[in-house]
Amino acid sequence: MRFSGLRILKEGLTGNKGWTPHWRDPEPKSEYDILIIGGGGHGLATAYYLAKEHGLSNIAVLEKGYIGGGNVGRNTTIVRANYNMPGNSEFYSHSLKLWEGLEEDLNYNVMHSQRGIINLFHSDGQRDYAVRRANSMINQGDDAIVLDRAGVKKMLPYLDYDNARFPVYGGLYHPRGGTARHDAVAWGFARGADSRGVDLLQNCEVTGIDIEGGKVIGVQTSRGPIKAKKVGIVVAGRSGQVAARAGMRLPIESHILQAFVTEGLKPCIDHVVTFGMGHFYISQSDKGGLVFGGDLDFYASYAARGNLPMAEHVMEAGMALMPMIGKARVLRSWGGIMDMSPDGSPIIDRTHIEGLYLNCGWCYGGFKAVPGSGNVFAHLMATDRYHDNATKFRLDRFRDGYGLMDEEGTGSQHNLH
Amino acid sequence: MRITCPICGERDSREFSYRGADVALHRPDPEAGEAAWDDYVHLRDNPAGETRDMWYHEGGCGAWIVVTRNTVTHEVIGSELAAEVAR
Repeated sequence: MRFSGLRILKEGLTGNKGWTPHWRDPEPKSEYDILIIGGGGHGLATAYYLAKEHGLSNIAVLEKGYIGGGNVGRNTTIVRANYNMPGNSEFYSHSLKLWEGLEEDLNYNVMHSQRGIINLFHSDGQRDYAVRRANSMINQGDDAIVLDRAGVKKMLPYLDYDNARFPVYGGLYHPRGGTARHDAVAWGFARGADSRGVDLLQNCEVTGIDIEGGKVIGVQTSRGPIKAKKVGIVVAGRSGQVAARAGMRLPIESHILQAFVTEGLKPCIDHVVTFGMGHFYISQSDKGGLVFGGDLDFYASYAARGNLPMAEHVMEAGMALMPMIGKARVLRSWGGIMDMSPDGSPIIDRTHIEGLYLNCGWCYGGFKAVPGSGNVFAHLMATDRYHDNATKFRLDRFRDGYGLMDEEGTGSQHNLH
Repeated sequence: MRITCPICGERDSREFSYRGADVALHRPDPEAGEAAWDDYVHLRDNPAGETRDMWYHEGGCGAWIVVTRNTVTHEVIGSELAAEVAR
């Protein structure tokens, strides 16, 4: 079923009786060429690109819950390519380009909105860093504009510019950044993968990974054993538990990152605004809710909800930056489970087990990476070679210290990012 | 989440700063080799459920404590002074 304006018109006039489910609900087969563990954004995108770009279709995605019910439904939907370091820079640039063609590619409205992102800065030193980062982005072929105070004021008239501690000096503006509808991204990739023959197996939890002679031969699931030649673990948020089924320990600690949304309001915040010094960022959803968040709670957690001290901190930072939001009422909050890696960058690599591949460690930046991650991970699984834009996300970089990607310059140990 | 300090009793979690898994108490020998040090610095069990981790009572008595708690429910089950656990 193809979506189009004409189709919507026709269905509207005929009682909307012609719509069909977006994907099948197949029974598991006993064997596949490739299994993807994890039916979130990254897993579904991996399956989609395996089918689309590598001509493979004997693939299943194993999801322990339902499609779109994990971290892909618990984020703040921001899409950007404003990284500084080689390794990350070309990868997120690649991902943003895929975003820009995604809706046509999937024939699905993911509500990708390039409304622009502004990272505020508050000192001469921070301005220097913003200029350097902007140059890195431009050298990568992406877009960046350094705004002075007047430039920011024109775009964001509602900020408190004279905060005593963090007066606004200017902002790093990334016009191609923006947001997308997170659920639609999962659904679009699910539909695209399914239509190319991928089996999406929901309520199918992996309970064991079968390894023989150092080679993966299949998995045990809550819906029975399934054989496979290759298995990809794409379960950021639960990576430690799934990898343990293959006897692996990972350089990952799971943390909680809270986010909040207000009641629906008339359009008032037209961009994504980040206030790094206060650990606060905000955008407005198409439904009108102000979607905002801050920093990690900073303790290991799988609770998918946080504690009040960080909620208070985020609200304080928001009030300091834009006092007008004090009038809005918070509707709800949630927490995503973050796969925190020691250097704050992800892992997309083979493992020491033949046929077992790993995609994890997305820290608090996984959503924007969904198309890119699926694309390069599919390339790795299909060809056994790293994609040109993802050569540095190595699992062994922590052990030997070579190729660490520490964007924040805080060090490569747990609890620093 | 409120954390029980063995010295001060149950306190607001904001008084504490977090160090991570209690591996810090099992530091390998300097000559133990690359694998042991990689294990100590980077690799984690990262359990969903009961865990033991290190907290520093920064805004209180200044003690390092080992807290046993549940990472799924945030229930704090118990705590001990790190100095006593290490002994």
